[in-house]
Amino acid sequence: MLTSSLVLGAAEHASINTGDIVFQLLMFIILLALLKKFAWGPLMGIMKQREEHIGSEIQAAENSRKEAEKILQEQRNLIKEARNEAASLIESAKKQGDIQREEIITTARSEAERIKESAKLEIEQQKEKAVAAIREQVASLSVLIASKVIEKELSAQDQDKLINEYIQEAGDL
Amino acid sequence: MNHEAPVVEFMGLYFNMANVLMITVASAIVFLIAVLSTRKLAMKPTGIQNFMEWVMDFVKGVINSTMDWKEGGRFHILGLTLIMYIFVSNMLGLPFAIVLGGNLWWKSPTADPTITLTLAVMILGLTHYYGIKLKGIKEYTAGFFSPMKFLFPLKIIEEFANPLTLGLRLYGNIYAGELLLSLLAGGLAHQGIIGTIAAIPLTLAWQGFSVFVGTIQAYIFTMLTMVYMSHKVSHDH
Repeated sequence: MLTSSLVLGAAEHASINTGDIVFQLLMFIILLALLKKFAWGPLMGIMKQREEHIGSEIQAAENSRKEAEKILQEQRNLIKEARNEAASLIESAKKQGDIQREEIITTARSEAERIKESAKLEIEQQKEKAVAAIREQVASLSVLIASKVIEKELSAQDQDKLINEYIQEAGDL
Repeated sequence: MNHEAPVVEFMGLYFNMANVLMITVASAIVFLIAVLSTRKLAMKPTGIQNFMEWVMDFVKGVINSTMDWKEGGRFHILGLTLIMYIFVSNMLGLPFAIVLGGNLWWKSPTADPTITLTLAVMILGLTHYYGIKLKGIKEYTAGFFSPMKFLFPLKIIEEFANPLTLGLRLYGNIYAGELLLSLLAGGLAHQGIIGTIAAIPLTLAWQGFSVFVGTIQAYIFTMLTMVYMSHKVSHDH
Protein backbone atom coordinates (compact mmCIF):
# COMPACT_ATOMS: atom_id res chain seq x y z
CA MET A 1 0.00 0.00 0.00
CA LEU A 2 2.79 2.41 0.94
CA THR A 3 4.81 1.55 -2.14
CA SER A 4 1.93 2.02 -4.53
CA SER A 5 1.20 5.45 -3.14
CA LEU A 6 4.72 6.63 -3.92
CA VAL A 7 3.94 6.78 -7.62
CA LEU A 8 1.11 9.17 -6.97
CA GLY A 9 1.94 11.86 -9.46
CA ALA A 10 1.97 9.50 -12.40
CA ALA A 11 -1.68 8.63 -12.03
CA GLU A 12 -2.89 12.10 -12.96
CA HIS A 13 -5.09 12.82 -15.89
CA ALA A 14 -3.08 12.66 -19.11
CA SER A 15 -4.25 15.83 -20.90
CA ILE A 16 -3.84 19.38 -19.65
CA ASN A 17 -6.78 20.70 -17.68
CA THR A 18 -7.37 23.69 -19.92
CA GLY A 19 -10.60 24.44 -18.13
CA ASP A 20 -8.73 24.89 -14.86
CA ILE A 21 -6.50 27.45 -16.49
CA VAL A 22 -9.45 29.44 -17.72
CA PHE A 23 -11.27 29.08 -14.43
CA GLN A 24 -8.27 30.06 -12.33
CA LEU A 25 -7.59 33.11 -14.48
CA LEU A 26 -11.19 34.17 -14.38
CA MET A 27 -11.54 33.64 -10.67
CA PHE A 28 -8.37 35.52 -9.94
CA ILE A 29 -9.42 38.48 -12.03
CA ILE A 30 -12.88 38.48 -10.44
CA LEU A 31 -11.32 38.22 -6.98
CA LEU A 32 -8.94 41.05 -7.80
CA ALA A 33 -11.77 43.26 -9.01
CA LEU A 34 -14.05 42.45 -6.08
CA LEU A 35 -11.34 42.96 -3.51
CA LYS A 36 -10.30 46.20 -5.10
CA LYS A 37 -13.86 47.44 -4.93
CA PHE A 38 -14.90 46.11 -1.53
CA ALA A 39 -11.76 45.71 0.52
CA TRP A 40 -8.47 47.16 -0.65
CA GLY A 41 -9.97 50.30 -2.12
CA PRO A 42 -11.73 51.41 1.08
CA LEU A 43 -8.81 50.29 3.22
CA MET A 44 -6.32 52.22 1.11
CA GLY A 45 -8.71 55.15 1.18
CA ILE A 46 -8.83 55.20 4.94
CA MET A 47 -5.06 54.78 5.18
CA LYS A 48 -4.55 57.63 2.79
CA GLN A 49 -7.10 59.67 4.69
CA ARG A 50 -5.29 58.98 7.91
CA GLU A 51 -2.02 59.94 6.33
CA GLU A 52 -3.52 63.21 5.18
CA HIS A 53 -5.17 63.72 8.55
CA ILE A 54 -1.86 63.25 10.33
CA GLY A 55 -0.17 65.52 7.85
CA SER A 56 -2.75 68.24 8.31
CA GLU A 57 -2.62 67.82 12.07
CA ILE A 58 1.12 68.27 12.04
CA GLN A 59 0.69 71.29 9.83
CA ALA A 60 -1.97 72.69 12.15
CA ALA A 61 0.22 72.09 15.19
CA GLU A 62 3.10 73.81 13.47
CA ASN A 63 0.86 76.72 12.55
CA SER A 64 -0.54 77.11 16.04
CA ARG A 65 2.95 76.96 17.47
CA LYS A 66 4.01 79.75 15.16
CA GLU A 67 0.87 81.67 16.05
CA ALA A 68 1.55 81.25 19.76
CA GLU A 69 5.10 82.42 19.29
CA LYS A 70 3.92 85.45 17.39
CA ILE A 71 1.36 86.29 20.04
CA LEU A 72 3.97 85.83 22.76
CA GLN A 73 6.27 88.24 20.95
CA GLU A 74 3.41 90.67 20.56
CA GLN A 75 2.56 90.45 24.24
CA ARG A 76 6.17 90.98 25.16
CA ASN A 77 6.30 94.06 23.01
CA LEU A 78 3.08 95.29 24.52
CA ILE A 79 4.41 94.87 28.04
CA LYS A 80 7.58 96.67 27.11
CA GLU A 81 5.57 99.46 25.57
CA ALA A 82 3.33 99.68 28.61
CA ARG A 83 6.36 99.87 30.86
CA ASN A 84 7.90 102.60 28.79
CA GLU A 85 4.64 104.46 28.77
CA ALA A 86 4.28 104.16 32.52
CA ALA A 87 7.82 105.43 33.00
CA SER A 88 7.23 108.37 30.73
CA LEU A 89 3.93 109.07 32.45
CA ILE A 90 5.63 109.19 35.83
CA GLU A 91 8.33 111.36 34.38
CA SER A 92 5.88 113.81 32.90
CA ALA A 93 3.80 113.81 36.06
CA LYS A 94 6.91 114.74 38.04
CA LYS A 95 7.66 117.53 35.63
CA GLN A 96 4.09 118.70 35.77
CA GLY A 97 4.24 118.70 39.55
CA ASP A 98 7.42 120.75 39.52
CA ILE A 99 5.92 123.25 37.17
CA GLN A 100 2.79 123.48 39.23
CA ARG A 101 4.77 124.00 42.39
CA GLU A 102 6.71 126.80 40.79
CA GLU A 103 3.51 128.32 39.57
CA ILE A 104 1.84 128.10 42.93
CA ILE A 105 4.82 129.62 44.61
CA THR A 106 4.97 132.46 42.12
CA THR A 107 1.30 133.16 42.37
CA ALA A 108 1.48 133.06 46.13
CA ARG A 109 4.39 135.43 46.07
CA SER A 110 2.71 137.85 43.73
CA GLU A 111 -0.46 137.62 45.76
CA ALA A 112 1.45 138.43 48.88
CA GLU A 113 3.12 141.32 47.12
CA ARG A 114 -0.20 142.55 45.93
CA ILE A 115 -1.74 142.28 49.40
CA LYS A 116 1.26 144.07 50.91
CA GLU A 117 0.98 146.75 48.28
CA SER A 118 -2.71 147.26 48.87
CA ALA A 119 -2.16 147.30 52.60
CA LYS A 120 0.46 150.00 52.19
CA LEU A 121 -1.90 151.94 50.01
CA GLU A 122 -4.63 151.55 52.58
CA ILE A 123 -2.30 152.75 55.29
CA GLU A 124 -1.33 155.75 53.22
CA GLN A 125 -4.93 156.57 52.56
CA GLN A 126 -5.84 156.18 56.19
CA LYS A 127 -2.95 158.43 57.07
CA GLU A 128 -4.07 161.08 54.56
CA LYS A 129 -7.55 160.82 55.88
CA ALA A 130 -6.34 161.13 59.43
CA VAL A 131 -4.20 164.13 58.56
CA ALA A 132 -7.10 165.77 56.77
CA ALA A 133 -9.32 165.08 59.76
CA ILE A 134 -6.79 166.51 62.10
CA ARG A 135 -6.42 169.55 59.93
CA GLU A 136 -10.12 170.08 60.05
CA GLN A 137 -10.02 169.53 63.75
CA VAL A 138 -7.20 172.02 64.02
CA ALA A 139 -9.12 174.57 61.99
CA SER A 140 -12.17 174.23 64.14
CA LEU A 141 -10.02 174.26 67.23
CA SER A 142 -8.26 177.31 66.12
CA VAL A 143 -11.60 178.96 65.49
CA LEU A 144 -12.57 177.90 68.95
CA ILE A 145 -9.33 179.18 70.39
CA ALA A 146 -9.68 182.32 68.43
CA SER A 147 -13.08 182.90 69.78
CA LYS A 148 -11.81 182.23 73.29
CA VAL A 149 -8.86 184.48 72.78
CA ILE A 150 -11.06 187.13 71.40
CA GLU A 151 -13.16 186.72 74.49
CA LYS A 152 -10.04 187.40 76.53
CA GLU A 153 -9.20 190.41 74.32
CA LEU A 154 -5.93 189.40 73.14
CA SER A 155 -3.55 191.64 71.39
CA ALA A 156 -2.83 191.10 67.75
CA GLN A 157 0.64 190.14 68.65
CA ASP A 158 -0.49 187.46 71.04
CA GLN A 159 -3.04 186.24 68.58
CA ASP A 160 -0.42 185.74 65.90
CA LYS A 161 1.84 184.02 68.31
CA LEU A 162 -0.92 181.76 69.38
CA ILE A 163 -1.99 180.80 65.89
CA ASN A 164 1.52 180.08 64.87
CA GLU A 165 2.02 178.00 67.90
CA TYR A 166 -1.05 176.01 67.14
CA ILE A 167 -0.15 175.53 63.54
CA GLN A 168 3.31 174.52 64.60
CA GLU A 169 1.79 172.01 66.90
CA ALA A 170 -0.62 170.80 64.27
CA GLY A 171 2.24 170.47 61.76
CA ASP A 172 4.13 168.36 64.17
CA LEU A 173 1.30 165.94 64.50
CA MET B 1 -3.49 8.66 -1.69
CA ASN B 2 -3.41 7.41 -5.18
CA HIS B 3 -6.47 9.42 -5.93
CA GLU B 4 -8.12 10.23 -9.21
CA ALA B 5 -9.07 13.74 -10.21
CA PRO B 6 -12.73 14.38 -10.99
CA VAL B 7 -12.19 15.68 -14.53
CA VAL B 8 -15.18 16.86 -16.51
CA GLU B 9 -15.19 17.90 -20.14
CA PHE B 10 -17.18 21.01 -20.93
CA MET B 11 -17.13 22.93 -24.24
CA GLY B 12 -13.90 21.20 -25.25
CA LEU B 13 -12.16 22.22 -22.03
CA TYR B 14 -11.14 19.78 -19.32
CA PHE B 15 -12.19 20.90 -15.89
CA ASN B 16 -10.78 19.28 -12.79
CA MET B 17 -13.85 19.82 -10.65
CA ALA B 18 -11.77 19.51 -7.47
CA ASN B 19 -9.65 22.43 -8.63
CA VAL B 20 -12.72 24.40 -9.59
CA LEU B 21 -14.17 23.78 -6.15
CA MET B 22 -10.99 24.64 -4.29
CA ILE B 23 -10.29 27.75 -6.33
CA THR B 24 -13.77 28.94 -5.54
CA VAL B 25 -13.39 28.10 -1.87
CA ALA B 26 -10.02 29.83 -1.63
CA SER B 27 -11.31 32.90 -3.43
CA ALA B 28 -14.39 33.01 -1.25
CA ILE B 29 -12.32 32.76 1.94
CA VAL B 30 -9.95 35.48 0.81
CA PHE B 31 -12.88 37.65 -0.14
CA LEU B 32 -14.61 37.06 3.18
CA ILE B 33 -11.49 37.77 5.21
CA ALA B 34 -10.76 40.92 3.28
CA VAL B 35 -14.31 42.24 3.31
CA LEU B 36 -15.02 41.37 6.95
CA SER B 37 -11.81 43.00 8.06
CA THR B 38 -12.59 46.19 6.19
CA ARG B 39 -16.28 46.50 7.10
CA LYS B 40 -15.86 48.91 9.95
CA LEU B 41 -13.06 51.18 8.85
CA ALA B 42 -11.92 53.77 11.34
CA MET B 43 -9.26 56.42 11.43
CA LYS B 44 -8.09 54.76 14.60
CA PRO B 45 -7.74 51.14 13.47
CA THR B 46 -8.75 48.37 15.82
CA GLY B 47 -8.55 44.59 15.80
CA ILE B 48 -8.66 43.00 12.40
CA GLN B 49 -8.28 46.28 10.56
CA ASN B 50 -4.88 46.56 12.17
CA PHE B 51 -3.97 43.16 10.80
CA MET B 52 -5.15 44.05 7.31
CA GLU B 53 -3.20 47.28 7.40
CA TRP B 54 -0.17 45.36 8.52
CA VAL B 55 -0.57 43.05 5.49
CA MET B 56 -0.89 46.11 3.30
CA ASP B 57 2.24 47.66 4.71
CA PHE B 58 4.03 44.33 4.38
CA VAL B 59 3.20 44.10 0.66
CA LYS B 60 4.12 47.75 0.32
CA GLY B 61 7.47 46.89 1.84
CA VAL B 62 7.93 44.03 -0.61
CA ILE B 63 7.22 46.33 -3.54
CA ASN B 64 9.39 49.12 -2.17
CA SER B 65 12.30 46.72 -1.82
CA THR B 66 12.22 45.99 -5.54
CA MET B 67 11.16 49.19 -7.22
CA ASP B 68 10.20 52.80 -6.88
CA TRP B 69 6.79 53.38 -5.30
CA LYS B 70 5.95 55.73 -8.17
CA GLU B 71 5.92 52.72 -10.47
CA GLY B 72 5.23 50.01 -7.91
CA GLY B 73 2.19 51.62 -6.33
CA ARG B 74 -0.07 50.28 -9.05
CA PHE B 75 0.90 46.69 -8.17
CA HIS B 76 -0.10 47.08 -4.54
CA ILE B 77 -3.54 45.58 -5.00
CA LEU B 78 -2.18 42.79 -7.21
CA GLY B 79 0.44 41.93 -4.62
CA LEU B 80 -2.08 41.97 -1.79
CA THR B 81 -4.50 39.72 -3.61
CA LEU B 82 -1.71 37.37 -4.68
CA ILE B 83 -0.24 36.93 -1.23
CA MET B 84 -3.64 36.45 0.39
CA TYR B 85 -4.90 34.06 -2.26
CA ILE B 86 -1.78 31.92 -2.33
CA PHE B 87 -1.49 31.87 1.43
CA VAL B 88 -5.09 30.78 1.88
CA SER B 89 -4.72 28.23 -0.93
CA ASN B 90 -1.62 26.78 0.67
CA MET B 91 -3.35 26.48 4.02
CA LEU B 92 -6.48 24.84 2.66
CA GLY B 93 -4.88 21.43 2.07
CA LEU B 94 -3.23 21.22 5.48
CA PRO B 95 -5.94 20.38 8.02
CA PHE B 96 -7.50 17.52 6.03
CA ALA B 97 -8.11 16.07 2.60
CA ILE B 98 -11.46 14.83 1.42
CA VAL B 99 -11.69 11.85 -0.90
CA LEU B 100 -15.05 10.91 -2.37
CA GLY B 101 -15.40 7.84 -4.56
CA GLY B 102 -11.66 7.67 -5.20
CA ASN B 103 -11.61 11.31 -6.25
CA LEU B 104 -9.58 13.80 -4.25
CA TRP B 105 -11.90 16.76 -3.66
CA TRP B 106 -10.40 18.79 -0.87
CA LYS B 107 -6.79 19.88 -1.35
CA SER B 108 -4.75 22.98 -1.92
CA PRO B 109 -5.49 24.44 -5.33
CA THR B 110 -1.81 25.39 -5.43
CA ALA B 111 -0.87 21.71 -5.21
CA ASP B 112 -1.71 21.47 -8.91
CA PRO B 113 0.89 22.59 -11.47
CA THR B 114 -1.83 23.78 -13.83
CA ILE B 115 -3.00 26.33 -11.29
CA THR B 116 0.41 27.58 -10.21
CA LEU B 117 1.65 27.82 -13.78
CA THR B 118 -1.50 29.69 -14.73
CA LEU B 119 -0.76 32.23 -12.02
CA ALA B 120 2.89 32.38 -13.06
CA VAL B 121 2.06 32.91 -16.73
CA MET B 122 -0.49 35.53 -15.76
CA ILE B 123 2.29 37.35 -13.89
CA LEU B 124 4.53 37.00 -16.94
CA GLY B 125 1.82 38.49 -19.13
CA LEU B 126 1.32 41.35 -16.70
CA THR B 127 5.05 42.11 -16.57
CA HIS B 128 5.15 42.42 -20.35
CA TYR B 129 1.98 44.45 -20.42
CA TYR B 130 3.23 46.93 -17.84
CA GLY B 131 6.70 46.88 -19.38
CA ILE B 132 5.30 48.15 -22.66
CA LYS B 133 2.80 50.45 -20.99
CA LEU B 134 5.26 52.19 -18.68
CA LYS B 135 8.42 52.24 -20.77
CA GLY B 136 7.10 52.33 -24.30
CA ILE B 137 7.65 49.70 -26.97
CA LYS B 138 11.09 51.02 -27.87
CA GLU B 139 12.63 50.90 -24.46
CA TYR B 140 10.83 47.64 -23.75
CA THR B 141 12.43 46.01 -26.79
CA ALA B 142 15.78 47.51 -25.95
CA GLY B 143 15.53 45.79 -22.60
CA PHE B 144 16.06 42.44 -24.34
CA PHE B 145 19.43 43.57 -25.67
CA SER B 146 20.82 45.16 -22.57
CA PRO B 147 23.36 45.25 -21.15
CA MET B 148 24.89 43.43 -24.18
CA LYS B 149 23.44 42.30 -27.45
CA PHE B 150 24.59 38.70 -27.31
CA LEU B 151 22.57 38.22 -24.12
CA PHE B 152 19.38 38.26 -26.20
CA PRO B 153 18.98 34.45 -26.32
CA LEU B 154 19.50 34.29 -22.59
CA LYS B 155 16.87 36.94 -22.09
CA ILE B 156 14.43 34.93 -24.16
CA ILE B 157 15.19 31.82 -22.14
CA GLU B 158 14.72 33.86 -19.00
CA GLU B 159 11.23 34.81 -20.10
CA PHE B 160 10.33 31.12 -20.15
CA ALA B 161 12.38 30.08 -17.17
CA ASN B 162 10.98 32.74 -14.86
CA PRO B 163 7.33 31.71 -14.94
CA LEU B 164 8.25 28.04 -15.06
CA THR B 165 10.32 28.25 -11.89
CA LEU B 166 7.83 30.60 -10.30
CA GLY B 167 4.95 28.21 -10.86
CA LEU B 168 6.78 24.96 -10.24
CA ARG B 169 8.42 26.20 -7.04
CA LEU B 170 5.05 26.89 -5.52
CA TYR B 171 3.53 23.70 -6.85
CA GLY B 172 6.45 21.56 -5.74
CA ASN B 173 6.51 22.89 -2.21
CA ILE B 174 2.81 22.60 -1.61
CA TYR B 175 2.35 19.31 -3.42
CA ALA B 176 5.26 17.73 -1.60
CA GLY B 177 3.86 18.93 1.69
CA GLU B 178 0.45 17.48 1.00
CA LEU B 179 1.89 14.28 -0.38
CA LEU B 180 3.90 13.68 2.75
CA LEU B 181 0.89 14.56 4.88
CA SER B 182 -1.27 12.07 3.01
CA LEU B 183 1.45 9.47 3.33
CA LEU B 184 1.67 10.05 7.06
CA ALA B 185 -2.01 10.34 7.83
CA GLY B 186 -3.33 8.00 5.15
CA GLY B 187 -0.48 5.51 4.96
CA LEU B 188 1.65 5.23 8.07
CA ALA B 189 -1.30 5.74 10.42
CA HIS B 190 -2.98 2.65 8.89
CA GLN B 191 0.00 0.34 9.46
CA GLY B 192 -1.12 -0.99 12.82
CA ILE B 193 -1.04 0.56 16.27
CA ILE B 194 2.67 1.41 16.27
CA GLY B 195 2.31 3.13 12.94
CA THR B 196 -0.57 5.21 14.25
CA ILE B 197 1.36 6.30 17.34
CA ALA B 198 4.40 7.13 15.21
CA ALA B 199 2.29 9.04 12.70
CA ILE B 200 0.79 11.47 15.23
CA PRO B 201 3.92 13.49 16.16
CA LEU B 202 5.26 13.25 12.62
CA THR B 203 2.02 14.56 11.13
CA LEU B 204 1.87 17.34 13.71
CA ALA B 205 5.43 18.35 13.00
CA TRP B 206 4.97 18.22 9.26
CA GLN B 207 1.75 20.18 9.40
CA GLY B 208 3.50 22.87 11.39
CA PHE B 209 6.32 22.91 8.92
CA SER B 210 3.84 23.06 6.05
CA VAL B 211 2.21 26.13 7.56
CA PHE B 212 5.64 27.70 7.60
CA VAL B 213 6.40 26.57 4.04
CA GLY B 214 3.01 27.74 2.78
CA THR B 215 3.53 31.18 4.30
CA ILE B 216 7.05 31.45 2.93
CA GLN B 217 5.93 30.35 -0.52
CA ALA B 218 3.16 32.93 -0.60
CA TYR B 219 5.74 35.56 0.31
CA ILE B 220 8.25 34.29 -2.24
CA PHE B 221 5.69 34.20 -5.00
CA THR B 222 4.67 37.80 -4.31
CA MET B 223 8.27 38.90 -3.92
CA LEU B 224 9.36 37.31 -7.19
CA THR B 225 6.34 38.75 -8.96
CA MET B 226 7.49 42.19 -7.91
CA VAL B 227 11.09 41.42 -8.86
CA TYR B 228 10.08 40.35 -12.38
CA MET B 229 7.79 43.33 -12.58
CA SER B 230 10.57 45.71 -11.64
CA HIS B 231 12.87 44.13 -14.23
CA LYS B 232 10.40 45.12 -16.89
CA VAL B 233 9.17 48.37 -15.43
CA SER B 234 12.15 50.13 -13.85
CA HIS B 235 14.17 52.47 -16.00
CA ASP B 236 17.47 52.33 -14.19
CA HIS B 237 17.87 48.62 -14.50
